[in-house]
Order: sequence, then C-alpha cells, then structure tokens
Amino acid sequence: MNTDAGNEVLISTSNLGYTIRGHQILDAVSLKLHGNEIVTLIGPNGAGKTSLVRILLGLKKATSGEVYRKPGVNIGYVPQKLHIDPVLPLRVRDFLLTAGRFGQEQLIRVLEEVHMSHLLASAVQTLSGGEFQRVLLARALLHQPDVLVLDEPAQGVDIIGQQALYQTIKHIRDRHGCGVLMVSHDLHLVMASADQVVCLNTHICCTGHPDDVSAHPEYLKIFGQAMEGLAPYSHHHDHSHDAHGNVIPLACENEPGGHEAGSHDR
Amino acid sequence: MIDDFIINAVLAGIALALVAGPLGCVVVWRRMAYFGDTLAHSALLGVALAVSAELVPIIGVVFIGALLAALLFWLEQRRELSADTLLGILSHSALALGLIVFSLIQTRVPGIDLMAYLFGDILAVNQTEVVWMYVGAIFILSVFAWLWRALISISVNEDLARTDGVNVSRVRFVFMLLLAMVIAAAIKVVGILLVTAMLIIPAASARAFSNTPVQMVILSSLFAVAAVVTGLGASFYQDLPAGPAIVVAAALGFFLTRISSARY
Repeated sequence: MNTDAGNEVLISTSNLGYTIRGHQILDAVSLKLHGNEIVTLIGPNGAGKTSLVRILLGLKKATSGEVYRKPGVNIGYVPQKLHIDPVLPLRVRDFLLTAGRFGQEQLIRVLEEVHMSHLLASAVQTLSGGEFQRVLLARALLHQPDVLVLDEPAQGVDIIGQQALYQTIKHIRDRHGCGVLMVSHDLHLVMASADQVVCLNTHICCTGHPDDVSAHPEYLKIFGQAMEGLAPYSHHHDHSHDAHGNVIPLACENEPGGHEAGSHDR
Repeated sequence: MIDDFIINAVLAGIALALVAGPLGCVVVWRRMAYFGDTLAHSALLGVALAVSAELVPIIGVVFIGALLAALLFWLEQRRELSADTLLGILSHSALALGLIVFSLIQTRVPGIDLMAYLFGDILAVNQTEVVWMYVGAIFILSVFAWLWRALISISVNEDLARTDGVNVSRVRFVFMLLLAMVIAAAIKVVGILLVTAMLIIPAASARAFSNTPVQMVILSSLFAVAAVVTGLGASFYQDLPAGPAIVVAAALGFFLTRISSARY
C-alpha cells in the first residue's frame, strides 16, 4: 500500500502489545513509517492512540512485541494540547530554547516554516490555540527531525485553522522529506494530507489510503454512527474515481491474522 | 553602633535569600509548594537524627529529604491517592516523628532548643556559619545554573523534555537535594515552620514584573534580600522575632507588588 517503496523504514512496530493492570490497551499492532510518508493514526477515544505514540517515542515500554527505530533516527515530537502554567513567564523564544542551544537565525527559520516568526517575543500564554500548535511544531523542527510525531496536532484549533495546519504539515514533509506520524480522531480533516491511514481500536482494524479506509466496514462500524448527520460526510467513494486519478479497489488490507466482524469488546 | 551578631544575621539572611529566590521560582513553576513544606517538616527529624549521631544537621536534613522523595515516588506508583494527600500524610507524620525523636535526645544533648529550630535563631548565627552558608550558596547556585535549561524544560512539560533527551528523574532528584540543602540552611534563619514562605513568596512577587524565566529568578532573589533586610531591621529596632519578621516583610512586599501590578 505504501507509495514510497524506495524509502527506508524509519520506525516500525511488530506485534506490539501493551497492558495496564490486566487491561489490554494495544494488541498485535504492527505498523511502518517510511521517509517522506504521512501516516495518520485514527481511532475512537481509548483506542490506544496516545499509548502507541508514547511507546514509539520511548516514553513507555511495550508489554510485548518490538519497536524498531532506525539507528540515529531523530524524532521531533508535538505533544497533545500542552498547557503552560501562567506562573511561568515564557516567551516563544524562551520556549523554543528549552529544546537546546540555538541561535536567533535558527529560531526564526523554524518559526518562518510555520508562519509564526512575528511571535518570537510574545508570551506563550497569549497565543491562540492554533498559534501555539504551530509554535510546538516549530520547536519539533529545531533538531531537523527525520520523523515528526504529532499527537492530535489540531486540537483546540478552529476548522479553518485545522485545514491550514494540515497543509503546513504537508509542506514541511515535502520540503524535508521526513516521515510524519500523526494522531487524529477525525479522518475527514486529514484526508487531503495523509498517504496512509491506520485505523486503531486496540488492534489495527484496517489500514490503507484514506478513501479506502473511510469505506471500510470496520471503520464504519466504529465511526459510522458518529458520522451520521454530520454534513462533511456527504460523499461516498464506493464508485471508483478519486482525487488522485488512481483507481483504487475498495477493500483495504486487514492486519495479518485478521478478526471476525463483531469481535470488538469496546 | 551595629553589633557583630547583627552583621552576621544580615549576611546569613542574604546568603539564604540569594538561593531561595531562584529555587523558589522552580518550586512555584512546578507547583511544589506543598512538597517544600513536607521537606521542611521532615527536616526536624533530620536535625534530631543528625544531632543524636553527632553529625552536622545538614547531613540529616538532606538524608531524610532524599528518603522522603523516594518514599513519595514509591507511594505515587499506586494511583488511588493523590500526591496532595500523600504529602499531607508524609508531612505531618514526619513532623510528629521529629518531635518525638527530638524530645528523646533533649535529655541527652544539653542546650538543644526546639524553638530555635521551629522558628529560627538567626541572631545566634556565628561567623563560621556565615562562611559555610556562602560556600553552600555558591555550590547550590552553580548546580542550579548547570541544570537551568533542564529545569525550565521539565517545568514546561516532562514528556517533551524526555524526548529531547533530558533525564527527567535525575533532574528532579538533584533539584530535590538542592531544595533539602536550602531548607537545612533556612532553618537557622526563619525556622522549619516558615521555610516554605522564603521559597514561594519572593517568587510569587517577582512573577508580575517578569517576562522571562531569567528575569523572574533575579527579581525573586532581590525581593528575598529586601525581605531579609527589612525584616531584620524591624526585628532589631522594634524587638520583633527575626524569622517571622522576615516572612511578614516578604508577605507585605507581595501585597505591595499585587497592588502596583494591578494598576496596569
């Protein structure tokens, strides 16, 4: 399914399992992220998305299975909705410098990539949700990462801002050729910018191109009900043309050793 | 006519203020006020144990502080009780235990005075102790400067710090040891019961006038020095207890900064 077969795998997991106090959070999760590829992880609340991201970052240890990181791979992380207490006086500049020693030009360069260079001297607590997410993204770019990991980057950002943010992320990928792993709970907003979607609900339900995943029965079972009555979900790609001019068959690959429909316990 | 003991008291107070300001900022940023209080309450136990083992009190205070941090870390693994509740338990049980050990050694060690530890005894500081306080202050500030970026980084977000390669547990532990050392030094000045005030009041006052972490740290030290000088002045001229006078001066300063910053 992946479009850049020539790129090497930057990070991957095989058969990953994670359990907290007898509670299965992740089960047999295998995925790969190549360079120059945007993989979006979607799934309902409690699906284990954040746990998976934290394991990939090395913040948590998996209970079973393996995590592979290409030796020397540099990972930039944009955490989910960071709150900075107002008691800490911090300008954007000071915030970026918590990532390491960088010169003024480097700070401005990363801020320009996210169109926020005018905010260098602003207090972080005065930024809007969208502005702060972009500053977080800029911070992740400081170390010139091979992989960007973003956990719900568009949370607290209005709908116009979300689309613009996904565009910016895509441009960064195009410019740097880094692999991007992004968590989202809304497939429709990431449609335009994702190369591959992984639908997670403890185990991997289905993976594939966004158009395929949105029509996959497993996806519809999880998201279908929530989507009903939502205006953006008015198009069904069950007849073949797509935005990229490729003809893509409907079925998307199931995880190895798949599962019976209706076997979910959540 | 100013006596030696006043000069020693002012010098000791300033040494404490210079370190309490910066460390207090981190305590405020990381919401560790209650932890500081717990560390201070446990310090009495540390003092009592050190005295009974014929060691310098600071060794006992730092040792008990480290033990307390480890105990808290272990208790926090099970998440039924919040850190807040656990600190409440540790704080008061450590103080109670300290009072018991203290009463046991009081009969063996003549001249040891509980009140001096609870409320401070800055006018009894001698020249050697002043010298040691400055040596300690330079040491603490050097380690603090070395940890500076990591401290801000973990105050912002520990996960982000970890992915940047900061050893968060180590930074937290070293900072906790520094805090225990400051508390040990502060016992002489304001006493166990008022130590936390020296950490958080100047830092809180400094916030309104700071745009960067560095500014806040410097201002916090200056406010702490001002509180020490004002408090000791009031104590000397009006015959007030020194430790409480310093804390009241800091608190008055805090309210003044509130009023003056509210105008903007």
